[in-house]
Amino acid sequence: MTYSVFSLLKNAVTGHKNWAPAWRDPAPKPAYDVIIVGGGGHGLATAYYLAKVHGITNVAVLEKSWLGSGNIGRNTTIIRSNYLFPGNNPFYEWSMKLWEGLEQDFNFNAMVSQRGVLNLYHSDAQRDAYARRGNAMHMHGVDAELLDEQGVRDMYPFFNFDDARFPIRGGLLQRRGGTVRHDAVAWGYARGADSRGVDVIQNCEVTGIRIEKGVVKGVETNRGYIACNKLGLAAAGNSSEVAKMAGLKLPIESHVLQAFVSEAIKPFIDGVVTYGAGHFYVSQSDKGGLVFGGDIDGYNSYARRGNLPTVEHVIEAGVSMIPAISRVRVLRSWGGIMDMSMDGSPIIDKTDVKGLYLNAGWCYGGFKATPASGWCFAHTIAKDEAHKLSAAYRLDRFKRGFAIDEKGMGAQPNLH
Amino acid sequence: MRIHCPYCGERPAEEFTFQGDADVRRPQGNEPSQMDEWFDYVYLRENPRGRMKEYWHHSGGCRSWLIVERDTDSHEVFGVTAARERKLSPQRKRAS
Repeated sequence: MTYSVFSLLKNAVTGHKNWAPAWRDPAPKPAYDVIIVGGGGHGLATAYYLAKVHGITNVAVLEKSWLGSGNIGRNTTIIRSNYLFPGNNPFYEWSMKLWEGLEQDFNFNAMVSQRGVLNLYHSDAQRDAYARRGNAMHMHGVDAELLDEQGVRDMYPFFNFDDARFPIRGGLLQRRGGTVRHDAVAWGYARGADSRGVDVIQNCEVTGIRIEKGVVKGVETNRGYIACNKLGLAAAGNSSEVAKMAGLKLPIESHVLQAFVSEAIKPFIDGVVTYGAGHFYVSQSDKGGLVFGGDIDGYNSYARRGNLPTVEHVIEAGVSMIPAISRVRVLRSWGGIMDMSMDGSPIIDKTDVKGLYLNAGWCYGGFKATPASGWCFAHTIAKDEAHKLSAAYRLDRFKRGFAIDEKGMGAQPNLH
Repeated sequence: MRIHCPYCGERPAEEFTFQGDADVRRPQGNEPSQMDEWFDYVYLRENPRGRMKEYWHHSGGCRSWLIVERDTDSHEVFGVTAARERKLSPQRKRAS
């Protein structure tokens, strides 16, 4: 069924009792052409584009828990394409273009809101770095505006401009950036894939990967063995553990990232703002809560919960940037497991095992990449070759010396 | 999370700086034939879910390098030893 104002009216007059489930709950078949491990944003987007763009519909997405229970529902919902490096920028800009047409494309209200993403700077050096980044964006055809202090004051007069240590001198603004309702992204892709014949199978945990003579044959799961011709791994924070089942050791560490939401307050911040002094980013949800986050805790973790020093640090940075929020109460905090790669950039590639494909290493920037990641991973699986937009995201780039290190931190995942 | 520094006693984790996996081994030489060893050392990680040995630096205390054995799933700390007291086998195999 297509969602429209007419379907809404029709169901309204019948008391909303006749809505059909948005996707089926199928039992696993004995075999599929393609199996995707991980029913998060990237896995579901991959299945959706495999079916829609490449016509491959004999596909299963295996999710060990409920659909969208991982990072697709744990992020701070920010989308942007303000990247510096050539290997990154066209990929993230394609993702932004897909976001812009996504709701019409998969007929689901994902509440894509291009409210603007503003990165604040505090010093001449930071301004120069942002000017360089903005110029790089312009050269890739991406919008960027460098604001001076007055430009930021016009937008957010209540920021802490005159702080002695970190005065706000301006910011780099991408007006096309913004937020998206993250759960709806998972649901929209699941519904779109399901309606094209893809089996989205929840509570189905992969426990082993069967490989014979270097070729993928299928997966062992808690619901039995399922055969496949091609297997795509999109397991985010669990990538290393899943890859081990295929004998792979990845350039990835898993780290916990916390996020927070405050009690609802009246409309206050109408865009997304990041603080250049500490690592702090904030937007306001349509329900009124301030959604914010900071750095990863900094130690290996699979725990999906962090520790209090990071909570304190993030909130200190927030109050330093916006003193007016000092008495706003935090409603909830939660954690997600980030697949931190060795250069801060992702991996979309084939592996040495025939029929095994890898999508991993998203660090804490995976949400904004969801559409392009699915798009490029579907292409890689369908054509058995890298998509030109993800051509830099090869698994062997570390060995060849082609790391894509946006932040310039080296092979130290907890610093990216 | 609290870490029991052998010199300072039990201290909060924010006094420490995390370095990473303590089971990676720096190759002994730097011959071109050792490229794979170096690649493994610099870039590849076991990244286990569960028990793991890690280097932590007591940067906000005695500034000693420590080896902390910790569960990455529960954050439970099992034991802490000074890194300087670690006995490496001559072959520099992975520590047990």
